[in-house]
Amino acid sequence: MIKHFLEIENLARRFPGKDGELTVFENANFGIDKGEFVCIIGHSGCGKSTIMNVLAGLDAPTDGNVFMDGSEVAGPSLDRGVVFQNYSLLPWLSAVHNVTFAVRSRWPGWNKEQVREHSYRYLEMVGLGGGAELRKPAQLSGGMRQRVSIARAFAIQPKLLLLDEPFGALDALTRGTIQDELVKICNATHQTVFMITHDVDEAILLADRILLMTNGPHARIAESVKVDLKHPRERGKIIHDPGYYPIRNHLVDFLVRRSEELSGAVTPETPAQAAGAYPVEVNPAATARNETGGATLSAIDAR
Amino acid sequence: MLQSLNARAMLVSIGFLVLVLGVWEFANPAPDASKPLTEYEILMGGADQEARVPPPSAVIIRAFEELSNPFYDAGPNDKGIGIQLAYSIYRVLTGFMLAALLAIPVGFLIGMSPLMYKALNPFIQVLRPISPLAWMPLALFIIKDSETSSIFVIFICSIWPMLINTAFGVAGVRRDWVNVARTHELSPLRTALTVILPAAAPTVLTGMRISIGIAWLVIVAAEMLVGGTGIGYYVWNEWNNLDLTSVIFSILMIGVVGMLLDLALSAATRLVQYEE
Ligand SMILES: Nc1ncnc2c1ncn2[C@@H]1O[C@H](COP(=O)(O)OP(=O)(O)OP(=O)(O)O)[C@@H](O)[C@H]1O
Ligand SMILES: [Mg+2]
Repeated sequence: MIKHFLEIENLARRFPGKDGELTVFENANFGIDKGEFVCIIGHSGCGKSTIMNVLAGLDAPTDGNVFMDGSEVAGPSLDRGVVFQNYSLLPWLSAVHNVTFAVRSRWPGWNKEQVREHSYRYLEMVGLGGGAELRKPAQLSGGMRQRVSIARAFAIQPKLLLLDEPFGALDALTRGTIQDELVKICNATHQTVFMITHDVDEAILLADRILLMTNGPHARIAESVKVDLKHPRERGKIIHDPGYYPIRNHLVDFLVRRSEELSGAVTPETPAQAAGAYPVEVNPAATARNETGGATLSAIDAR
Repeated sequence: MLQSLNARAMLVSIGFLVLVLGVWEFANPAPDASKPLTEYEILMGGADQEARVPPPSAVIIRAFEELSNPFYDAGPNDKGIGIQLAYSIYRVLTGFMLAALLAIPVGFLIGMSPLMYKALNPFIQVLRPISPLAWMPLALFIIKDSETSSIFVIFICSIWPMLINTAFGVAGVRRDWVNVARTHELSPLRTALTVILPAAAPTVLTGMRISIGIAWLVIVAAEMLVGGTGIGYYVWNEWNNLDLTSVIFSILMIGVVGMLLDLALSAATRLVQYEE
């Protein structure tokens, strides 16, 4: 078996409940390579945040293991930066101090000037400056808070970045600009990213691969969809790529129809999901290319 | 609009003050010397000035006298109001600080550890409702010093609000902020100092503010009980001297000092307050 940078093996998380235990997800097997940007999509409540908490080391899995860089994840670490669903900035610290807080914990030996300079570099990278960085989170807009939170996660230069619906609470315009920012940063740093999102277009714009999760309880990672569109991608142009709509249709079809059909516990009748198996790999863009390619050929034959 | 609201509120306050003082001044005139003495007054040796509640004018005159020389010391039963207040404030602050030194760390422990919460809760529930003055005889017996005993009583009564508020504040720190500390691999000590403490500080300071208010209530009673020095003793002494003007004056001073202590802590609370 190929060893990936991040290896998830037979992961399951169950919560004890009043009437028996609640299996949020089970049988999760996947890998993420270094420098890869992976998104996970699924309906609300299917267990995406639960998976991420396990990957972050904030929560322990009921079954299975997570390996990063060959060693087992057994607790939170500065090697994994987390951007939480609700920003989670410390409200009594100014924006810049929220970042220096992280930088100091990462490099305790640095002096004040080094910490400051490093923090400002990352604040500028997300486009925050001009005095706004001196304000407390409560005095910042939602978009600015999100930028601070992203700067904080990037500033510790983690090996893996975990993003939980980072743009969920933003309006479309702000979301677009921060997405562009994120694309730029990722192109520059080749950061390995695991990101949760609800937004199909956002996933296609950012991801190399999209994991599809069935509805919970007993949620599974049913498919791994390759986003076969070339980099660098731009929000305005990507929709003209012939591969775009096949991917988008595939994702929407999954969310609307198949996430429900495939939901429920694994039974012997669903052999595709045998324990330990990786999710089915699909590449809608390539399939579409081949089909149109085939169609042209047969048209030529007919002539 | 706000400016004018404040101005109007001040006008109404002054209006009330003048009204109350006016009623007090004129509704209770000095006894008429031409009236025959009642049987009670004969028994009491005549109707003198002391037998009535003194008018505000007399209290204001007394306040001027006392406050123009607050720190004179003419023997154990005749000290300036400043000295007496200073004794009381010293006892309150000493007892309060000692209580804070114990209550805040223990509150932290209880707030962070459900085990310690369950283990210590029964003791707290039994000890908390005890009137602090009920400890006085025991304290006097064990400590054998009235000064230290009153400090001990302040200590006991200041502990509970601080302890309970600290525990409550610490236990209520948002899970997300603790997770931020965890993902940054902070040591338990640094987590406590850089995340939990600032997060819980407003609640802790609210507890301190309640404590100092209670301590100031209790010190007057404690000093009345043990005597010697302090504003509580002063009130009681002036009552024994049948000097009601001084009693009213010192009651007002107790109120003013209590207000100042509260203002100081509310200013401190505002310093650590944060907006989510
Ligand atoms: N501590 C817990 N105890 C019991 N059940 C839990 C706990 N945490 C999460 N769950 C359950 O796990 C399921 C998945 O929750 P999770 O927060 O992971 O969903 P999600 O996919 O992130 O949803 P969303 O997209 O709305 O954020 C939910 O049904 C939730 O009720
Ligand atoms: Mg979630």
